[in-house]
Amino acid sequence: MARRKALTALVLVGSIVGAVAWRRRSAHRRERVDLYFEDGSMVSLEQGSLEADRLLPLAHDVLDAARGS
Amino acid sequence: MEAAQALADLTEISSQIESAILVDAQGAVVASTLGDPARAEAMARAARELLGAAERAMGGAESRERLVQLQSATPDGCVFVVRDEERVVAAVTVPQPTVGLVFYDLKTCLRHVAGEELAPKPKARAGSKKAASENGQA
Repeated sequence: MARRKALTALVLVGSIVGAVAWRRRSAHRRERVDLYFEDGSMVSLEQGSLEADRLLPLAHDVLDAARGS
Repeated sequence: MEAAQALADLTEISSQIESAILVDAQGAVVASTLGDPARAEAMARAARELLGAAERAMGGAESRERLVQLQSATPDGCVFVVRDEERVVAAVTVPQPTVGLVFYDLKTCLRHVAGEELAPKPKARAGSKKAASENGQA
C-alpha cells in the first residue's frame, strides 16, 4: 500500500516538473520585443502580434549583421 | 572618454555582450567592436531601422513618451538598443542574458562617452601612503 502511494506521488511530482520545464522551454523559444519609455513604462510585444512581426525581422537583421551570417 | 575605449570596456565588463556599436545622431558609426567596417555599418543601419520601426509601431512622434531603449529576444541571441540625446548604442548578446545588467552596462557606456563622471574618485585619507605620494612626499 505504502509502495503504491510512493509510486503515485513520484509520478505526480514527475508530471509537475515536466510540465514546468516544458513551459519554461517554450517560453524561452518564443521571440519578443520589449520597448522601454522615458517615463519608465514598458511594452512587451510577443511573437504573433502585428507589431512584433514587423520588428522581429529587423532584430534578426541586426543579429545577422553582427555575426556576419 | 574615447568611444572606442568605452566599447572595449563594455565588452570586457560584460561577457554576455558579443558585439556592440556606437552611432551618432546623424547615424554615422562612431565606434564598433566589429573588426569589419562594412559589418559595423550594416549593424548600425539595421539597429537604426529597428529603433525607427519600434517608434512608428508605438505611434511615432505623437506618442506620449519617448522610446529610450529596447530589447529583442530570440532563441539565437538578443539585440539591445539604448539611446541618449546624442548617441545610440546597440549590442548583440548571447541568448537569455541578464537583461537588467546589459541595459545598465550600455547606459554606463553612453554616459562614459558623454563624458559624465560616474562617481567621484575617493580621496586618499590623510596620512595614508597614497595621500603622501599624491602630495609628492616620499
